[in-house]
Amino acid sequence: MEDLESLKQEKENQEPGEAGRPWEEIAASSQDPESALSEPLESEQWPETGPQPRSSLPQSPLSRSSTPLDDLTGPGASSPPSPPQEDSSTPSTLALAGQELATPWQSDKTTVNVNPKAGTPRSHHLEQSSDKGESTAPQTCQSEGNTFQQSQQTKRLLYGPEDMSDNNSEQKELRFNVFQEEDSNSNYDLDHAEPGVSEVAPSLLEIAIQSAKAYLLKTSSKSGLNLYDHLSDMLTKVLDERPENAVDIIESISQDVKMAHFRKKLDTLQNENEMLPIYEIAEKQKALFLHGNLEGADQELEDEIAENSLPNVMESAFYFEQAGVGLGTDETYRVFLALKQLTDTHPIQRCRFWGKILGLEMNYIVAEVEFREGEDEEDIEDEDVTEERDDGDSEADENDEEELPRTFYKTPQPIPKEESRTGANKYVYFVCNEPGGPWVKLPSVTPAQIVIARKIKKFFTGHLETPIVSYPPFPGNESNYLRAQIARISAGTHVSPLGFYQFGEEEGEEEEEVEGRRDSFEENPDFEGIQVIDLVESLSNWVHHVQHILSQGRCNWFNPTQKSEEEEEEEDEEKEEEKGEEPDYMEQEVGPPLLTPISEDLDIQNIPPWTTRRSSNLIPQYAIAVLRSNLWPGAYAFSNGKKFENFYIGWGHKYSPDNYTPPALPPVYQEYPSGAEITEMDDPSVEEEQAFKAIQEKAAALPVEEMEETEEDEDEEDYDQE
Amino acid sequence: MDAESLLLSLELASGSGQGLSPDRRASLLTSLTLVKRDYRYDRVLFWGRILGLVADYYIAQGLSEDQLAPRKTLYSLNCMEWSLLPPATEDMLLQTSVVKGRFMGDPSHEYEHTELQKMSEGEKVFEEEVVVQIKEETRLVSVIDQIDKAVAVIPRGALFKTPFGPIHVNRTFEGLSLSEAKKLSSYFHFREPVELKNKTLLEKADLDPSLDFMDSLEHDIPKGSWSIQMERGNALVVLRSLLWPGLTFFHAPRTKSYGSIYVGTGEKNIDLPFML
Repeated sequence: MEDLESLKQEKENQEPGEAGRPWEEIAASSQDPESALSEPLESEQWPETGPQPRSSLPQSPLSRSSTPLDDLTGPGASSPPSPPQEDSSTPSTLALAGQELATPWQSDKTTVNVNPKAGTPRSHHLEQSSDKGESTAPQTCQSEGNTFQQSQQTKRLLYGPEDMSDNNSEQKELRFNVFQEEDSNSNYDLDHAEPGVSEVAPSLLEIAIQSAKAYLLKTSSKSGLNLYDHLSDMLTKVLDERPENAVDIIESISQDVKMAHFRKKLDTLQNENEMLPIYEIAEKQKALFLHGNLEGADQELEDEIAENSLPNVMESAFYFEQAGVGLGTDETYRVFLALKQLTDTHPIQRCRFWGKILGLEMNYIVAEVEFREGEDEEDIEDEDVTEERDDGDSEADENDEEELPRTFYKTPQPIPKEESRTGANKYVYFVCNEPGGPWVKLPSVTPAQIVIARKIKKFFTGHLETPIVSYPPFPGNESNYLRAQIARISAGTHVSPLGFYQFGEEEGEEEEEVEGRRDSFEENPDFEGIQVIDLVESLSNWVHHVQHILSQGRCNWFNPTQKSEEEEEEEDEEKEEEKGEEPDYMEQEVGPPLLTPISEDLDIQNIPPWTTRRSSNLIPQYAIAVLRSNLWPGAYAFSNGKKFENFYIGWGHKYSPDNYTPPALPPVYQEYPSGAEITEMDDPSVEEEQAFKAIQEKAAALPVEEMEETEEDEDEEDYDQE
Repeated sequence: MDAESLLLSLELASGSGQGLSPDRRASLLTSLTLVKRDYRYDRVLFWGRILGLVADYYIAQGLSEDQLAPRKTLYSLNCMEWSLLPPATEDMLLQTSVVKGRFMGDPSHEYEHTELQKMSEGEKVFEEEVVVQIKEETRLVSVIDQIDKAVAVIPRGALFKTPFGPIHVNRTFEGLSLSEAKKLSSYFHFREPVELKNKTLLEKADLDPSLDFMDSLEHDIPKGSWSIQMERGNALVVLRSLLWPGLTFFHAPRTKSYGSIYVGTGEKNIDLPFML
């Protein structure tokens, strides 16, 4: 707006001067608005440069020159602002236009002289028209031509650099100028004496027109054009070419003008191709689809093993689909390929699609894996690291000053985690966020993590590194929590039809057999299948084949007192006192043994823990038995009598009809009972001291030895009391 | 999800594991068409499934011309025979709020609830234990109503308000753009606005009255009661309600396909603040 106003002011300043000029000058200035866009250039220069040539030149009839000028300057003037991309070329054309426009009032002949220069860089018709002019010009104004050309050159020197520097700001000004001029144009035509009436007091109408023009000038985000320039280009073209029946072919003219914009981009900045996530994931998953072909041909040996370890995901997905659970066909197939990738790249003996755990930002696809013998050393390294860390802590504590009493509190003995391949760490779990993404191995689970995980309820975020902020504090980040939940869900919901697995006889003897509990099982080669109807009707036909996790956090009982017996007896006693409250201290905690029927599972407040269903009531002969866990919503199992599979999909939380309640705070440690050791005697009173003195004096009379003995006794007493 | 595009919608929503078995799908496609004809609904939505201990409830909803008008809810146990549920009332909500636990899957099952009621005999006022029987059907109605009011979702622009008041499906809806699809503010509660009236003029200034006539999700309490995920690259947005776990809303950006389905136990997750 400031630009606008200043421009207006400039104009107003000019106008009084113009009014005083001869008629011809006014006529000349009245043409300027039409040629329009170079106006500010001129208006600034006029006072200095204008008068000079004019005074030197003879006045010529301008009425004649006006019509060709319209044609000539019109296109030149309107073209520069229209394409903003043309930056590099605009300054020169602007300057040229300025020169061109400076000329008209001088004479017919001078315009002729200028035009060839101005026209050359531009479109064809200009040259043509200028050629026409040229043919007539040279004879008539040879004499003046020389003088004018000189002034022309000086002008160019003057204008050139300014134009270049002001280019940007001027382009804007120019646009606004155009409006005003068009407005005022009509005024000029009607009444030359009052050119600036509409500009002095901006009316509502003018504002409306301006806003309408501003709308027309809105640059399209697609083509970079605006309607105003387009219309003016079209009109220019029409006026240039003067076709018959222009109104009929206006559409094609419009098209031609648009086509004329078809030009090279001069932008040096290149648009970097956006990497949309959809392409990224497609690129990753492409690797899945290609992988099989490449690897399969090369190593037959590897493949044999891999094929054995790879589960038939599609088959079980088909059965789960009958049950109304699953990921959808193509998603399942992608998971299938991702599992293949996993088995191809790791020494895996057995692999299974465990399920999917939903997260807030991303989900986890979980694969359950058993390594081949002796190929999972990574676990051991992990353990060492954690143990070392624990030692470091305890050592630091011991280095405290010795004089002050040290803390009696000892952290309850950490229950060691189970060896890999046993108990809750029987399987290794890999997770990935999306099929095609990298598989990440989850750390093995510790009993402490399971114990704490039982007390908290948290959503997964989808990032394994997220810290778990909870009460009680969870030892580890989200990967540990995920692993703990997987262990809990597996232990609770992995079931198989009765008889499918049996205890391995040889291995059972090797293991520590406590009360008939055995840890291992093997597939029953003589399994003949169970009728589906039996599986549906009786829960006792389903058995757990994953070990129950004790409240200790382990599958196999670890006696925390064993070690302490070796240590000093006193400490043992203390511990007994501390732990006496816990009922599971003395007795070994026992859970249901392996291959226990699920009919013996505990109820959840009158809610049965399992729901069985037949997948189809319409075609019972081909239906399968579907088992749904009510304790872990999202856990399913199916069996068609011979085959079975377990699957979990959900948030990874246990169901409880009641609200989650944070665990109670630990009991406040009781203060030391106020006894003889705490209370002190009153200060000895004067009488006592006097009495003591009297005794001392008596004693002084006695032999010295006796006195010493009594003093020692007193000292000892004091010491004991402390 | 629209009953007509059920198969596509199910495929899109399958990321949460909520599916239907082939025989259920086929029977739904058949029976919902008949429902639409018999009840003269403008649109029939497959609402979802409430998992019971013995059997599951399959829920469908019929919409009239005005999309926000009260909906008719139907339920079925076998996906073929549908029965109309009575509209939910305040009394029902109050009455069933005491019932906890899972649905049984038997509409005539009666929950027993003992409560203390003040009895007055003459001048004496004493409390007496009264056993209240609540039918599961009532509970079903109120739970569906609660879920609808709390977490039914629709993308911005999918519906528009006509100058005469009724709300129609927007035929020119071309889906949300990618950047919009990631924001909670471009999704609305599919219900009569509640919060909107309480907004200040300043907040309302930018709203388009023909599109923004419902409450957006972004001000839901507690913050974080939605999980918004882009799946399959960016080809699919999935919103999961954490307040009513089981409700999944999906929308493929730049396409018309959107919908939501509830598969769950019909219990509200009141532990949400602990879990975030």
